[in-house]
Amino acid sequence: MELQDKVIKLVSEATKMDSANISLNTSFVDDLNLDSLDMVELMMKMEDEFGVEIPEDETENLKSIGDVVTYLKSKSH
Amino acid sequence: MIASYSDLKDKVILVTGAARGIGKSIALALSAQGAHVVFNYRGDEAKAMALKEELEKAGGKATGLKFDVTDYEAMTKEIDNFTKTVAPISGLVNNAGVSKDTLLLRLKPDEISSIIDTNLKGSMMVTQALSRNFLKAQDVSIVHMSSIVGLMGNPSQAAYAASKAGLIGFSKSVAKELASRNLRSNVICPGFIQTDMTDALQDKAKDEYNKSIPLGRFGTTDEVANLTCFLLSRASSYVTGEVIKIDGGLYI
Repeated sequence: MELQDKVIKLVSEATKMDSANISLNTSFVDDLNLDSLDMVELMMKMEDEFGVEIPEDETENLKSIGDVVTYLKSKSH
Repeated sequence: MIASYSDLKDKVILVTGAARGIGKSIALALSAQGAHVVFNYRGDEAKAMALKEELEKAGGKATGLKFDVTDYEAMTKEIDNFTKTVAPISGLVNNAGVSKDTLLLRLKPDEISSIIDTNLKGSMMVTQALSRNFLKAQDVSIVHMSSIVGLMGNPSQAAYAASKAGLIGFSKSVAKELASRNLRSNVICPGFIQTDMTDALQDKAKDEYNKSIPLGRFGTTDEVANLTCFLLSRASSYVTGEVIKIDGGLYI
């Protein structure tokens, strides 16, 4: 599975939002209505899933699915 | 008499300041119920080993972590290492505290810092260091050991009372912030309890204090441990953001 699809699947499971409605442009706050605590939990799930560490100050810049995919790609190199 | 709560068995609970006094009674009471007690110690390895043995003899697992509640770096390292390699911590007793009784006009800035840093900031930092872990743990309950003087004030204890009152605001904020994750945070305010601290009082002073306590005596550390166990257990599952006095009626 592509990284992008894995991220969407994980977000879909965490937010109970149909994955068909989630794309790279989907915003965590505006589209998925996540609050700051939801974001922390979601990032923790990403860390577990992809085996990376996402520092707190980085999460502020991760506003959309696309941001997360780009960030994870940058980490995997 | 120690009340027993079956859900405390195998619950992993960090108790700060468990070397003596109220903290030690809490640790022993939790061990007796089969909880896994995690305690911090500052330097004395032999004492830490002795405490670990004593707790394990009482009935539960015990782990000592070497950090001071004012040392954020060491605390984070030790706590992260434990929660990642052993188990998530689902109970916290912020009990470590210091006191220095001085008239306000003699109170020095560094004495204020020492009291606030340990009693208030220390508890905040331990809670903060555990907050990520708490999001992964189940049925998290935090108990902050405040004091009756945090509610009523006391001459010569301005800094101590301020630090203990501060814990109340902190606990209530944590209770609100993390309630959606089924985390509970409560405060205990003990009155006069028989400990090394109160043993040092002169008999005449104790008699005077007893007159002001409706139940007519000092409390025991086991009585505080009972209340702490109740708040850590699911027996208190609908209690959060609460402040509970345990003072024999001293402050009614």
